[in-house]
Amino acid sequence: MRIRPSGAAGVAAALTCALALAACGGGDDGNSPAGNPSANAAGRQGELVIWADDKRSAALKPFADKFGSENGVTVKVQAISKDQQTTFVTASQQGSGPDVMVGAHDWIGNLVQNGAIDPVQLAAEQTSGLNRNALKAVTFNGQTYGVPYAMENLALIRNTELAPEAPATIEALVKKADELKAAKKVSETLCLQVGQNGDAYHLYPLYSSAGGYLFGTSANGDYDPKDLGVGKPEGVAAFKKIATLGEKGSGALKRSITPENSIATFTGKKCAFLVSGPWAITDVKKAKLPYDISAVPGFAGGQPARPFLGVQSFYVASKGKNKALAQEFVTNYVTTPDLAVALYEAEPRPPALTAAFDQVKGKDADLEKFVEAGKDGQPLPAVPEMAAIWDPFGKAEAAVVGGADPARTITAAGKTISAAIK
Amino acid sequence: MTATKLGGPVVQARPAPEERPDRRGHLIKIPILGLTTAIAIWAAFPLIDNGAWTGLAILAATTAGLLYLYLTPRHVPLKYLAPGTILLILFQVFPVLYTASTAFTNFGDGHRGSKQEAVTAIQTASVTQVPGSQQYALTVATTGDPATGPLVFLITDPATRQVSAGDADGLEPIDATVNSAGRVTAADGYTLLTAGQAGTRSAEITALAVPTAGGAIRSSGLSRAYEGRAGRAYDVGCDCIRDTATGRTWTADEQAGAFVDGNGERLAQGWKVGVGFSNFTRVLTEPAIAGPFLRTLVWNFAFAVASTGGTFVLGLLLAIALHSPRVRGRTAYRVLLVLPYAMPSFAMLLVWRDMFNTDFGLINNLFGLDVDWFGGSASARLAVILVQLWLGYPYMFLVATGALQAIPRELAEASRIDGASAWGGFRRITLPLLMVALTPLLISSFAFNFNNFNAVYLTTEGAPFPADNPANGATDLLITYTYRIAFGGGGAQYGYAAAISIFIFLIVAVVSAISFRRTRHLEEVHS
Repeated sequence: MRIRPSGAAGVAAALTCALALAACGGGDDGNSPAGNPSANAAGRQGELVIWADDKRSAALKPFADKFGSENGVTVKVQAISKDQQTTFVTASQQGSGPDVMVGAHDWIGNLVQNGAIDPVQLAAEQTSGLNRNALKAVTFNGQTYGVPYAMENLALIRNTELAPEAPATIEALVKKADELKAAKKVSETLCLQVGQNGDAYHLYPLYSSAGGYLFGTSANGDYDPKDLGVGKPEGVAAFKKIATLGEKGSGALKRSITPENSIATFTGKKCAFLVSGPWAITDVKKAKLPYDISAVPGFAGGQPARPFLGVQSFYVASKGKNKALAQEFVTNYVTTPDLAVALYEAEPRPPALTAAFDQVKGKDADLEKFVEAGKDGQPLPAVPEMAAIWDPFGKAEAAVVGGADPARTITAAGKTISAAIK
Repeated sequence: MTATKLGGPVVQARPAPEERPDRRGHLIKIPILGLTTAIAIWAAFPLIDNGAWTGLAILAATTAGLLYLYLTPRHVPLKYLAPGTILLILFQVFPVLYTASTAFTNFGDGHRGSKQEAVTAIQTASVTQVPGSQQYALTVATTGDPATGPLVFLITDPATRQVSAGDADGLEPIDATVNSAGRVTAADGYTLLTAGQAGTRSAEITALAVPTAGGAIRSSGLSRAYEGRAGRAYDVGCDCIRDTATGRTWTADEQAGAFVDGNGERLAQGWKVGVGFSNFTRVLTEPAIAGPFLRTLVWNFAFAVASTGGTFVLGLLLAIALHSPRVRGRTAYRVLLVLPYAMPSFAMLLVWRDMFNTDFGLINNLFGLDVDWFGGSASARLAVILVQLWLGYPYMFLVATGALQAIPRELAEASRIDGASAWGGFRRITLPLLMVALTPLLISSFAFNFNNFNAVYLTTEGAPFPADNPANGATDLLITYTYRIAFGGGGAQYGYAAAISIFIFLIVAVVSAISFRRTRHLEEVHS
C-alpha cells in the first residue's frame, strides 16, 4: 500500500514534467519556447527554410530542390496554412522563423516595423525585367523589400449569355441588370461582396471612381499616411454616390452578398455580374458559364475605377539563420522565368516577371484581360498604417450600404482611423 | 460467523504480497524518472544557449526535486500533490502572470523586440546602393580553412573584368581566372567556398562590409555584390538615430519605446517598454472605449444569462417530458435530442450564420420573412441567442436527465399521496434536489458562455456596428472585443488586450465566487 500509489503518482509526475519542460524552456522571459532553434542551429546551417502557403509551397518544392542540389545545400519548403503573416512575425521574433517568406506585398509595412524582413538589392537588369507596378508595390520608404512574382487585381466578370456587352459605367450595369431582373432572369443586380462588416478591398474601385482615396501620395510616389482620405470631403462625396447603389438605393450593393456566397451566386446564375479576382475563375470555369472579363466600371462622368493591385512576393527574413543563401535565392534565383511560370501553373495569377508573363499569356486569354482590367490599378498601400484602415473602412461601407447617413458615418470612420494612426 | 463474513475480513484474511507490487512500481517508476531526466537534459541545452539562467535554475531545481521526491519512500502526500501543483503552475499561474506582466507593456506591432533589435533593424533597412555605383559578380573565398579561415570577397568589375580581393581592410586588385558570368573560378592563395560551405558562414558573409570611398561593398546573396551605404546610424552619445545624408535626428523616447524627431514623428521600428497602468486607465477613461465597454459588459451578462438560462429551461423541460414512463420510444427521442450536441459547433455556427442571411438565408426563405437579422442590434442579439439555445440545450438535457434519474420516484409519489399537485411536487421537491446537483454546472456553463468567443465570432463577428464606432458591435462580447484589439484590424496590441483580459478575469472570478457562495447556502438548506 505504501509503494503502489507513489508508483502511480510517479507516472503522473513524469508526464507532468514532460509537459512542464515545454514551459520551463520559455520560463526565462516567455520569448523562447522549447525546441529553440539555437539548439539545432548547428544542424540547420547550410540549410534554407522557406515558408509559403499550401498551394505555393507545393509549386515551389521542385525548384527549391533544384536550387539545393545546384548549390549543395538542403532546402526545406514548409507550408503554413493559416495566418501566414502573424505566424511569420511571431516566429521571427522568437528566432524560429524561416529564411525566406512568401506573401502578399501589403504585409511589408508591418513586417518592416517589426524588423522581420530586410531590403533586397536588385541589379538594374533584374528590376528592368519586372512589371513596373509590381516593383513599385514592393517599394517602401524608398527601398525594395521583396521580389515580386505574381500580381492580382479585381475585374468585372460577366455572364455573356445574360449580358453580352461589357457595361461602360456602373449605371449602365444597373440598367442592364434591372432589365434582366424584370425578365426574371436574375435576382441580384451585382455580385460584389459586402457582407455584414463590409469589404474595403472589393469596394475600392467604386470608391476611387467616385473620387475617394485612402492615402495621398508624397513626392517620391510613396503613400503618405499623414494625408488620410477617409472622412475628407472627397471621401464623403464618394460615399454619397456609393449610397445610391446601396440597399435604400438601386440595390446593386447589398450586405447579404458575402465573401462566402458572392461567387456561388454568380455561378448559380442569380446575377449576371461578378466583381472578383483571378481566384474566382476556377469556380466560374467549373460552372461552365460563358463569361468574359473586363475592367470594373466606374460612375458615369467619374474617374476611372481603380482596383487595388496586389503583388505576391518573396522576402528575406531579417532573423533567418542563413541570410546570405536566402538573398541568393530571392534575388538571383526567383528572378528566373521558370519559377514564375511554375507558380503561375499552381495558381493562375499574372506573373510579375515580364518574360514569364509573355510565356504564359498566349495559353490563357483571361490573364491578359485581368492585366488589362488592372491597368488603372493602384498598388495596395504597404504602409503599416493600412492595418488601421481595413476594419473601420469596411464597417463604414457596410453601414452606408445598409442605409446609414454617409457623411456622419465616414467622418466617424476617418476619426477612428486617424486616432489609431496618430 | 455470518456477521464476520459480511463484515469483510474475508478480504483481509489474505495478506497483500508486499514485494511484488513494489518491484512492479519500480519497473514503471525508474524508466519514467529516467525519461524525465533525459527530457530535462535535452531542454537544458537551448536554455544554456540563450543564457536563460533563471529558466535553467528552475528546470534543474524542479527535476532534482522530482527525482528526490519519488526516489525516497517519504513525503507520501507530496507525491500526490506534486503533479497537480506543477500542472497548476504551468497552465494557470504562469499564463496569468505572463498576461499580467504583458498588460503593463506596450507589447504589440512595432513594439515587439528590444531596443537593440530596433536599432539593428533601422540600420539594416537604411542601407542603399550608392547612386551611380555598379553591381559586381561575387565569389566568396578564404585564405585559410573553408570552415574557419578569414573570409575574403573576390569581386569582378563587370566592365574591365578586373578581380579584386576585399576584406575589412579594403580592396586590393589580384590576378584570377573568371568565367563568362564574371565569377572567379580559381585564384592563387585563395580557397573558393562552395554555396554549401558559404551557407554555414552566412552570418559572417552578411556582416562583412569591404570599405570603399563611397560606402562599403556588401554581398547580395552569394553571387553578387554591390556598393552600399547605411543612411541611418545609431549614435550612443545622444541616444539617437542620425540620418547621415540629411543630418536629421530621431531621439530615443523611453516612455513610448520609439525614436522620435522634434516634430513628434517616429520611426516605424520601436521596442517594448513598460507603460505602467496606462493600458488599464485607457479602458476606463478613453470615452471611445469606456462607454462601449460598459454597454458590452451589460450585453455580455445578458448573453451569458440568456444562453445558460435558456438552454437550462429548455433542456430541463425536455428531460422532464421524456422522464415520464408513459412516453414511448424514449431512447429514440433522446438520441435525436442529443444530435446537435454531437455536431461540431464550429461548423454549425457557420451554417447558422448563412441561415440568417437576409436574402439567401434559410430562415427568411422558409418563414417568408424579410428580417435583416444581423443588421439590427435587437435582431442580431436574438439570433445569436437562438443559435446558442440550439447548440446548448442538448447538454442541459443530458445533465438534467441524469440528475432526474438519481432522484427516487418515491419522493414524487409520496408528495402526490400527501395531496400536492404535480407542479407543486416538482417545485418543492424535485427542482430543489435537481438544483443541488445542477447549480455548479450552471455556474461553469455561465463562466463558459461569458467568454463564448466562437458563438459570436463565427456568426456575427460582433455586427451590427454603429455607424460611428467600428470598434464595438452590438453583439460583441468582451472576449471578441479583446480579440479584435489584440489581433484584429488595427494591428496587434497585446499589452492593451492583456489589460482587458485581466478585467474579464476579475469579472468572471467575482461572479463565480458569489455564485459558489450562494450554492453552498443552497446545499446547507437541503442537507
